[in-house]
Amino acid sequence: MAGSGIAHLRADEKRALTVENLVVEFPVTGGVVHAVSDLSIDVLPGETLGILGESGCGKSSAGRALMQLPAPTSGRVLLGDAELTALKKNDMRRARAKMQMIMQDPVSALNPRRKVKDLVAEGLEVWGFEGKDRAKFVDDLLSSVGLDPAVVRDRRPHELSGGQCQRVCIARSLALDPDVLICDEPVSSLDVSVQAQVLNLLEETRERYDLSMIFIAHDVAVVKNISDRVMVMYLGKTCEVIPSDDMQNKALHPYTRLLLASVPSAADAQARAAGEATAEAPVKDVELPSPLNPPSGCRFRTRCPLATEQCAAEEPVLREMRPGQFVACHNVSA
Amino acid sequence: MTSESKSPILVVENLRTVFHTPRGDVRAVDGVSFELRPGETLGLVGESGSGKSVLGRTVMGLISNDARTTVTGKVTLGGVDVHGVKRAVRRKLWGTEVAMVFQDPMTSLNPVKRIGTHLTETLRFHLRCTRKEAEERAVELLTQVGIPEPKRRMRQYPHEMSGGMRQRVVIAMALACDPRLLIADEPTTALDVTVQKQILDLLGNLTTERDMATVLVSHDLGAVAGRTDRVQVMYAGRTVEQGRTSEVFAAPTHPYTDALLASIPQIENAPHSLLRAIEGNPPDMANPPGGCRFAPRCGYADTTCTSDLPLLQPLAGPGRSVACHHPLLAGAAPVGSEHTHGR
Repeated sequence: MAGSGIAHLRADEKRALTVENLVVEFPVTGGVVHAVSDLSIDVLPGETLGILGESGCGKSSAGRALMQLPAPTSGRVLLGDAELTALKKNDMRRARAKMQMIMQDPVSALNPRRKVKDLVAEGLEVWGFEGKDRAKFVDDLLSSVGLDPAVVRDRRPHELSGGQCQRVCIARSLALDPDVLICDEPVSSLDVSVQAQVLNLLEETRERYDLSMIFIAHDVAVVKNISDRVMVMYLGKTCEVIPSDDMQNKALHPYTRLLLASVPSAADAQARAAGEATAEAPVKDVELPSPLNPPSGCRFRTRCPLATEQCAAEEPVLREMRPGQFVACHNVSA
Repeated sequence: MTSESKSPILVVENLRTVFHTPRGDVRAVDGVSFELRPGETLGLVGESGSGKSVLGRTVMGLISNDARTTVTGKVTLGGVDVHGVKRAVRRKLWGTEVAMVFQDPMTSLNPVKRIGTHLTETLRFHLRCTRKEAEERAVELLTQVGIPEPKRRMRQYPHEMSGGMRQRVVIAMALACDPRLLIADEPTTALDVTVQKQILDLLGNLTTERDMATVLVSHDLGAVAGRTDRVQVMYAGRTVEQGRTSEVFAAPTHPYTDALLASIPQIENAPHSLLRAIEGNPPDMANPPGGCRFAPRCGYADTTCTSDLPLLQPLAGPGRSVACHHPLLAGAAPVGSEHTHGR
């Protein structure tokens, strides 16, 4: 099938991560689940790309496919210059150290029987530690994620809170000095007050270790706050790529605007109380189509207020609307 | 608001729920009082472990005195003392006086029963109507909660529906016997944002149409801000601040409410701006700190705060009160604000 295009990829020669035409499909009884269909991404060194979408849009499958866990059905993933999708198993193991992932549930991501110091040092154990004092290195890592090494060093995950476990996961991922950090919903299982601590920590870590980051989440405000660019996904396709600064006011794709309008806020309620009609065209109240059998043409057309016949026949390709903003929709203009 | 003139449907007085655990007594709800009148929506907000869900369940009578639990204080629901009557009497209240919507719509539905059975079962038990009447009423209920093709849906099983549709079914079940009070415990937490909005709109409309009282329990301050008349902010089992929702969120007076609001990422924030995080973790409820429960994490705390437990003090504004020795009143400069800043 035709893809959403690669118009949004930048011509920079130096990219931390490049993904071209990534496809992830899972065979199931009665067909194939099209989890990710032709996704292209580029991330510059030190940049954060936010991937935003609802459950089932393929954002987590995309994140895992970047890590080659499992390898994508087709498409190319390049970490720096190394093409991960073409590497042999042993080379892949070596390359994977440069790319780390932080999972949604920090408690189940940690081996419950190991102590914090061993969990953090696990990568060093596998790859060998080039330095004098490994224990001190681990302690420094723990302090840098805001944990007191003397207190947590000998504890096991069940003795820590969710927020502390997520800090351990972050320390673990930093141990091997990665280039790219992939965060898959890192704060959605945490409480609001703890969520802010972890978001601040991720932001500082990225700066201090000069990391490139892919931040996958469903919360519009969280993604906007941490990212340089935001990619909005719907049913395995890219809808819009937009600088996060423009997110609130300049988003064009009907789906992005639906997401923005759905964020509950006091202002929105006051408007409703005053009987004002919301500016947005009503979205058709239908269910998310099945990724087993996605709609033809534009995948959002079944719920889209702007849908026309063209949307069913022809798949929209990403077009540049403003510098840095790319939209895959037939019916919007800048 | 016209609801002020009506007599309250729910009165909660100094309610305490204590769980006796091997680690000691956990005071999950520790002296909470409030009233609710028909047509009113109350928001209970707080982080996990603040006692908001236990409060909801104790009010309904799902948690009551037993070998491991002690409930003191009084809950009066439609004139009946919920914890003072026999279980059989309490059971009569469920469905007709009070109903509950839980967080996860999949676990609130029986996976081996059809949607229709879920609805008609409730109707036939409580309203003693015939199978045919129950079925007609069930179709009507499904239409009211916005489910397309209700007749076909009646024959389906829960796994054949999406999360949002399932939550609509759960709401229809809760509304089946026209309850006067609906307790919604995190009704949208398991749902996607676009679906969340639909469900919150639906609950809001139903409350107005049926002149029902609603308690919305949530950790999402955004959801509560837009959908409730009054709000009660909970921390470690106690109410720290209460009042009109618009007033509390516009000018929070308790340092916890203030810090909680500041720690939520806002879409207006510039990218890469640091959030004002609350340092530390919520207290262990088996062993809460003496004095104000929030004192160890509070930037304004002094020795009074660690020794004396603050009680709710009335403030200006209808029903507005705060439990703090040093409430943030307009013009007060934040002392030690650098302390509350994220690291």
